[in-house]
Amino acid sequence: MSQFYLAALQLSLCLGPMAMGIYITMKVFNIPDITTDGSYTLGAAVAATLLMHHWSPLAVLPVCMLAGAIAGICTALVHTKLKIDALLAGILVMTGLYSINLIILGRSNIPLINLPVLFNAFTFFENELYNQLFIAVLIVGILSFLLRYLLRTDFGIAMRAAGNNPMMTRSLGVNNDVIKIIGLAIANALTALSGFLVSQYQGFTDINMGIGIVITGLGSVLIADSLRAWMNITNIGLQIAMVLVGSFLFQMVLAFTLAMGVDPNFLKLFTALFVLLIVALPRAGRILKRA
Amino acid sequence: MISLENISKIFHKGKENELSALKNISLKIDKGEFVTLVGANGSGKTTLLNIIGGAEKPSSGSVRINGEDITRIPEHKRSKWIARVFQNPNNGTAPDLTILDNFRLAALRTRRKSLKIGADKVFKREVISRIAGLGMGLENKINQSMGNLSGGQRQALTLLMSVMDNTDILLLDEPTAALDPKSARVVLNLADTFNKEMGITVILITHSLKDAQQYGGRLIQLQEGKIARDINTESKLQLSLADISEWFG
Repeated sequence: MSQFYLAALQLSLCLGPMAMGIYITMKVFNIPDITTDGSYTLGAAVAATLLMHHWSPLAVLPVCMLAGAIAGICTALVHTKLKIDALLAGILVMTGLYSINLIILGRSNIPLINLPVLFNAFTFFENELYNQLFIAVLIVGILSFLLRYLLRTDFGIAMRAAGNNPMMTRSLGVNNDVIKIIGLAIANALTALSGFLVSQYQGFTDINMGIGIVITGLGSVLIADSLRAWMNITNIGLQIAMVLVGSFLFQMVLAFTLAMGVDPNFLKLFTALFVLLIVALPRAGRILKRA
Repeated sequence: MISLENISKIFHKGKENELSALKNISLKIDKGEFVTLVGANGSGKTTLLNIIGGAEKPSSGSVRINGEDITRIPEHKRSKWIARVFQNPNNGTAPDLTILDNFRLAALRTRRKSLKIGADKVFKREVISRIAGLGMGLENKINQSMGNLSGGQRQALTLLMSVMDNTDILLLDEPTAALDPKSARVVLNLADTFNKEMGITVILITHSLKDAQQYGGRLIQLQEGKIARDINTESKLQLSLADISEWFG
């Protein structure tokens, strides 16, 4: 049974970077970016192809992040330069990415058995499961630290302000378009990394693995938001930590649902209902209070 | 310092609702002047300020600062010379950021926002001492979100933020319209101090004739997109509130 929860923890760590990416687009920039579904699979597809060509997983990591960043830049350019709604820009790029991912993969599914795995690149623990977990914690830990640092720098203040009050930042010499392009690049690089990590975790890359994944990230960020409001957190490092906690709680709920014997076919429906619940609960609470 | 030549601005050109907001305006403002702009709604005051600030481009004519033609330079690049305070106190600050972060960004108005942590102890101390000068008791709240403050407090801080970096020109678009009389006085006195002590050129739009009479040297009245009156500092001293009221009769 503990193995069952450890698996959920491992998966939630793999999805952590994506949740951090959604945190950047949704909470920092206030942009609904759903390039996510495409850039997530893109990361996994690029990784699978490179691994098949005998690249080491460590070398694959920056390349798939770069691929995700390019996808994010595409969405940001469509949004800022052509003045197209961010949601539509994301849908367009995501749709286009499906074909690109299929071309990169060459077929709809690539198994990664007998290929080197990132989580075994270093050995810190004898126990393989703990070792994998530790490497995942290490990766997510470094990324959270970097993101926290970035958001506290002068550039990071400009990023946060651009999402919060674009009129102000324009008058303070900030080029909001450039900031959005960089922000979406970072967010989608993180998402692509998650695609890579999850493909490593599950041992295959599938063309459909990204469908609906944005909702998982959204769910994590929404849980984090409730926790933040509830505990009155303003510290950025803690906010990022809450996003990771959100990702973990989300996976735990899903794992628990499956363990209860819910038909896996209902998993996406259940995920959607769960996110609906997270969003609706605070409002329902307010309505009840008034009544 | 600022020179506008034959500025016209037409909105919705060629459409049924075509509107000529500014009609061939030429205006020179010297360094260190405190100009107050008055005029009825729709007289073109805000459009004029937007054209100087860069939020709007003129339909024709040119804008120069220190002789340099800046007509086509976008707003975010004009921040090298110009700081703005908007009518709505919410517009000039980022509510979810702390007071300190807001000041940090303002201090970098003319500079690059780089990848280093600039809101350090030295900077913090400077912000605290400047805020303390307002006498609003906000100096020990710099780690609070800007959104927690009242409109008057936010507007006073916005004005203070506008001089955190080198500022030549300060554009104030009805900065006190949403404030109570006491906060309004704090804000306008602060603008007056910046003008007198730091030599900053100030352009103030106001609907309050009392403020127009009390603050600023030169007084300009706009009417239907044209300059109706342009009164210099000496002549303005002779004007009473009743005289100015008469213009709007």
